[in-house]
Amino acid sequence: MNVTVQTEVGQPDKLTAKDFASDQEVRWCPGCGDYAILKAMHKSLADMGARPENTVFVSGIGCSSRFPYYMATYGFHTIHGRAPAVATGLKLARPELDVWVVTGDGDALSIGGNHLFHALRRNVDLNILLFNNEIYGLTKGQYSPTSRVGQRSPSTPMGSIDSPAEACTYALGCGARFIARGIDVQAKELDVLFKRAREHKGASFVEIIQNCIVYNDATFAAFTEKDVAADMQLHVKHGQPMLFGRERTKGLRLNTQTLRLEIVVIGENGVTEKDILVHDEKNRVLASLLVALRPPSFPEVLGVIYCDQAALSYEAAVVAQENEAKAKGPGNLDKLMRAGNTWSVD
Amino acid sequence: MNLQAEAGRKGGPSDAPVSKSDLDSIVVRFAGDSGDGVQLLGSQFSQETALAGNSLATFPDFPAEIRAPTGTTYGVSAFQINFGSRLIKTAGDQPDVLVALNPAALMVNYKGLRKGGLVILDSGAFKEKDIKRAGFTIDPRLDGTLKEFRVLEIDISAQALEVAKPFGVSQKEALRTKNLWTLGLVSWMYDREMKSTMEYVARKFGAEDPIGKANAAALNAGHAYGETHELSGDIAPVSMPSVKVAPGTYRLVSGAESLAWGLAAGAQLANLEMVLASYPITPSSPILHILAKLKQFGITTFQAEDEIAACCAAIGASYGGKLGVTASSGPGIALKTEAIGLAISTELPLVIVDTQRGGPSTGLPTKTEQSDLFIAVFGRNGDAPIPVIASHSPGDCFDVAIEAVRLATKYMTPVMILSDGYIANAAEPWLIPSMKDYTPFPVTFRTATEGFHPFLRDPHTLARVWAKPGTPGLMHRIGGIEKDYNSGNISYEPANHQKMTDTRTAKIANIANDIPEQDVALGEAKGKLAVVGWGSTFGPINRAVSNMREKGLDVSHIHIRHVWPLPRNLGALLKSYDKVLVAEMNNGQMLTLLKSQYLVDAKSLLKVSGQPLKIEEVSSAIRSLLGSN
Ligand code: SF4
Repeated sequence: MNVTVQTEVGQPDKLTAKDFASDQEVRWCPGCGDYAILKAMHKSLADMGARPENTVFVSGIGCSSRFPYYMATYGFHTIHGRAPAVATGLKLARPELDVWVVTGDGDALSIGGNHLFHALRRNVDLNILLFNNEIYGLTKGQYSPTSRVGQRSPSTPMGSIDSPAEACTYALGCGARFIARGIDVQAKELDVLFKRAREHKGASFVEIIQNCIVYNDATFAAFTEKDVAADMQLHVKHGQPMLFGRERTKGLRLNTQTLRLEIVVIGENGVTEKDILVHDEKNRVLASLLVALRPPSFPEVLGVIYCDQAALSYEAAVVAQENEAKAKGPGNLDKLMRAGNTWSVD
Repeated sequence: MNLQAEAGRKGGPSDAPVSKSDLDSIVVRFAGDSGDGVQLLGSQFSQETALAGNSLATFPDFPAEIRAPTGTTYGVSAFQINFGSRLIKTAGDQPDVLVALNPAALMVNYKGLRKGGLVILDSGAFKEKDIKRAGFTIDPRLDGTLKEFRVLEIDISAQALEVAKPFGVSQKEALRTKNLWTLGLVSWMYDREMKSTMEYVARKFGAEDPIGKANAAALNAGHAYGETHELSGDIAPVSMPSVKVAPGTYRLVSGAESLAWGLAAGAQLANLEMVLASYPITPSSPILHILAKLKQFGITTFQAEDEIAACCAAIGASYGGKLGVTASSGPGIALKTEAIGLAISTELPLVIVDTQRGGPSTGLPTKTEQSDLFIAVFGRNGDAPIPVIASHSPGDCFDVAIEAVRLATKYMTPVMILSDGYIANAAEPWLIPSMKDYTPFPVTFRTATEGFHPFLRDPHTLARVWAKPGTPGLMHRIGGIEKDYNSGNISYEPANHQKMTDTRTAKIANIANDIPEQDVALGEAKGKLAVVGWGSTFGPINRAVSNMREKGLDVSHIHIRHVWPLPRNLGALLKSYDKVLVAEMNNGQMLTLLKSQYLVDAKSLLKVSGQPLKIEEVSSAIRSLLGSN
């Protein structure tokens, strides 16, 4: 079912979350974190004033990649790992569209690592959402590139031995200029990330911590559970001191001797609020320190970690070159083929 | 019976003239070190020859290494041209003239030269160590190696150095004018105007550049050398009358050029903008280079991170309502197969160009072969048919590309174009087409919302509707999972999968009714023997069949352009001959296809040496099958 939402005078109506939900029955496992992300997206798009006809969701393969089917927008469920490449082609063809890529840890960091790298370094104006559940769900529970060492799975009965990939660290290394992290069930925070990602011209990378209730339940409990959340989550905001903890007395301080971030407590050892680092989302060096912080020794860093927009996104630069070429006049094939050395036979 | 083609088969008529009196065509092969500028020499001579009104065909034959160590046999680069006052169909079986700019070039090429042919040597490059390095134990000029040929030794190196000296260029730059000195000499030998080359030199270096001046002087000096030495009787100029061809404006065109232009033309006729996404690969890259310069035609080019991404980006562009194109060669096509399957399943238009080279794996990157027929027709998971069209000559690529765009957009399907390394690099005179002679086939995008679903089909073509993002009310989701025939939603229903598979198959099979019936390129539509070819073997097969027919043999030439689906009359046509011989540069792929489709007891002439099929190889197979030795 496809509905055109237009008023009688042809002016677009204000849409609601419902208008972004497709008529397809959602088929994720009950209790899967994907539901919450989907719901947040429906609402966010409505709030942003996005138009379903100008919005495209492109995905690869995996549980998360079913996402487009549940959106009443345009959608393309492609092949394993290749969503960033398909989306790049789409964006080159149609720069005016809002293009979202939905991918998972296996899709984006294993089979599709190369495409993610290049979409980020080229800075194609895509909003890339990586649902990280640290497991292969759709293929029934094998360990993934983000699984931690020791993860037991059908393919690692004695525990996985390869060192995990860190999604945000990878993105930063790839040259991403927008990096954010959120948690599936934190709809309010996700809403902000989605809006910021969409506003950002260029590749926006958002890692969403997503619970796979069937194959990897509670793997993030050490920082997502209610009782530990305050102490184990650091929600960063540009221009504000990086404070966390139940009383918001814990904070991050830069140890200038070791060039490392350390956790300090205001009021202890003479620490005052002035000692706490203020988040600067344009600072790439700070971003590189923040993405390296992982529980349990540090809180999980959430929010917009890095945002430094380039003058032109990739497809905008492509268009600029094309316009420059077109300014010299439109192409004429007959002329082109007759340029250079020709001869006539009567 | 398989008649394995071999280079250098003895006996029988060939394309080469036997005596001076019937000199209506001549084959010259230039060979030298990869740094000697042989390709430039060859292509400029081709240009001059074309402008003189001769028919011609060329064969650039270069090594895989960009700059192999100097003087080695594997670093030899060659360029062969066959030109004449009659219609030339191949670059020639056997050179009449070999220009060898070093001993390695002689080593690699002298055995292919016609007996009694002329060898022009740069004696300045025949130092003892160069001779040894080329693999000769004794100087080949002294031990009778060349006794079957006429040999003309000129110290071209010294001549070039001498000429370049006044311009104050470095020794290295001076020596590099060797190719233009040689071009000057050969231009004199065949009475060529050097104006186009002079213009080229001026364009390349600028009028005031000393290197440009040295090159121009070398060109003139080579020509003057010919004039002054004419009296000695060593060499005599040959004048070749121009060929009778259809009136119009001509140019030289390579397969890569005409293919790229054909894609641009196809997009225009479809009223679409194009996105070409490619990854560099030999010998396909020139298509990317040419189209990258055509931004003013509404063409976007994208050098992707790999072959897979290139194909995926092209598919993304097609999904967005432009014409997605990707171009590659064998190894790249192998990587694209999963993505091609996606385009088949989502029924999006996509043009895939495969400029074939020797395989498997990396194979012979710079050599030619026709061994990707199977991967083109069958090489995907699942039942996944697509149309496959093969171009038979450089100029033919233009029409083939237009046809590919027409089928891709009309039937909402990927289409594969098969070219090859020989076609892509070779040049031929080309009657330049006019766009007004082509009937446009503009694409209609779906805009009506009434009753829409993404897999609504045209009842005749079975093509699904093309609805592009941005269109209000047509929001839809597509993907590689099987879709419900009636709604386009995901469906795992057994009966539906059967129906969708049957529909996709029927859609492609039905294209047989939208392509020309198979014609007979030469000869009658029935008889004792049909030689069947496809792709770049057109020239040698056609010439061989023509030669054999002149000798009274009942043989015809059938050349297949539409490899899949095959023309609907082809089965009946093949059965109207007593014997069928399939000649191709692979180990029997078209042969297998025809046998499986028509149960025809075809014989084969197969060659996978990386070198084009020779006329004599085809003639010999014809004689053998017709019992006429
Ligand atoms: S397997 Fe895990 S990730 Fe996949 S749908 Fe089920 S709960 Fe969600």
